[in-house]
Amino acid sequence: MKRTTLTAIALAMVTGPAMADPDADALVVNGEIEMVTEASAPAHLEGALKTVYSGWRFRSDETQAVQMDDFDNPGMLGVEVALDAWTEVAGTEGESCASCHGSPEEMAGVSATYPKWDAAAGEVQTLTMQMNECRTERMGAEPYAYDKGDAINMTALLTSVSRGMPMSVAIDGPAAETWEMGKELYYTRFGQLELSCANCHEDNYGMMIRADHLSQGQINGFPTYRLKNTKLNGVHSRFKGCIRDTRAETFAPGSPELIALELYVASRSNGLSVEGPSVRN
Amino acid sequence: MQLTRRDALALGGAALSLAALPMRALAATDMVGEAITAFTGGADVGERGITLTAPEIAENGNTVPIEVDAPGAAAIMVLAAGNPNPDVGTFNFGPLAASQFASTRIRLAGTQDVIAIAKMADGSFVRASQEVKVTIGGCGG
Amino acid sequence: MATGVKPRVRVPKSASAGEAITIKTLISHQMESGQRKDKEGNIIPRSIINRFTVDFDGENVIDVALEPAISTNPYFEFEATVPASGSFVFTWYDDDGDIYTEEKAITVS
Repeated sequence: MKRTTLTAIALAMVTGPAMADPDADALVVNGEIEMVTEASAPAHLEGALKTVYSGWRFRSDETQAVQMDDFDNPGMLGVEVALDAWTEVAGTEGESCASCHGSPEEMAGVSATYPKWDAAAGEVQTLTMQMNECRTERMGAEPYAYDKGDAINMTALLTSVSRGMPMSVAIDGPAAETWEMGKELYYTRFGQLELSCANCHEDNYGMMIRADHLSQGQINGFPTYRLKNTKLNGVHSRFKGCIRDTRAETFAPGSPELIALELYVASRSNGLSVEGPSVRN
Repeated sequence: MQLTRRDALALGGAALSLAALPMRALAATDMVGEAITAFTGGADVGERGITLTAPEIAENGNTVPIEVDAPGAAAIMVLAAGNPNPDVGTFNFGPLAASQFASTRIRLAGTQDVIAIAKMADGSFVRASQEVKVTIGGCGG
Repeated sequence: MATGVKPRVRVPKSASAGEAITIKTLISHQMESGQRKDKEGNIIPRSIINRFTVDFDGENVIDVALEPAISTNPYFEFEATVPASGSFVFTWYDDDGDIYTEEKAITVS
């Protein structure tokens, strides 16, 4: 009898959390920005996923709460730093971001469309690449280091003014080739653990990986303030961390591989709200 | 008596957690006791009139939200019994505090008890404690 | 270590006399615990904010002693009563001797 009870407890411990689907909580930031955290999967995911969920839905109530108020959200500290940088003249041309773009609010919606094809450059560009093109080509300034503080803070400013708007990256036309490359990377098993992005984030989201509740790995919430390292994290750094954890040689932030992967993963988030800077564990 | 593999795992797990907890507790016990004595001067500590709110499970030990509330307290000390240094902080409430409530975010080095001790206006002491399970990450930890 | 330290406070603009108001504060600070090691294995020296005080026209609301177990970017929420219109003064004391202050006026009707 005693043995049966123990077994039941052991089983409950194993299966209990493993069946935890995304929760049913609604995300409203500052009591006014209503976020779409659950949407019909974009057409290109037919056969893979029916519904896409924001990573917010997989977090504990305590972690979720930190994102629901800009004052509580330490990621907004980066936004404030970038607000100062926005109007700061940098480089040889006497220009700031504001010289061309006015107020940050005028950039609402921009981040939702990145990465995107840049005809002049003849390549798919991430928001970081576009920012650096502004800096080097128009401002005569040094480019920001990829995924480092200045770039991440500025990205967070640009996503913050787009919050609540749906992710909508284009995957057709000239971007298609890069998108296909990203898709192939997404389904390629890397490292000694032989894990692809899909093995965790498509096949097993909602399950527990050790003590962590696996999300779909959506990137609509980036840059993300992680409780783990208490700073804003960029998409490429996160990809790099994931690939490293498969015990593989990783790609560098800003590399063609991670740019392609960002386009593909962003397209999986199409329909979910821009949340950056979000808060995750 | 036949033990299945599952039974063995369950028993082993139970034994492990029994063995691990006192050891972890022992390491910091003296420092926790010293901190409490320093705060209370060795006075008796009751259990009513103080509320400590902390998550049962913290998603990351680096940033754990906690709240303390002890109506009528002059000060509330918070300890993390399993940290290398158990001191977390002390809230001293002034005359313009509307309540003896405060909320903050703390670091927990692992699963452990968080302890709050309030010094009441009359010089008596009360305590509350709660275990917070600190989880490790998925792959990277 | 105390670079880019930026205090933020949230106080209502107005309140009625004797009303309990909620105040939130967040300051950007690494709160280096003194427990971590750098890549070469050397202990990174402790560098934290060790005290935080809030006063209203010279009278104290809260006085907090902080230890290294307070998370990066220290956050506090608490309640104050204000007898009349005046100003809150928030003060953070850094291990390195720096002091950061912020002032917020409130109108009491």
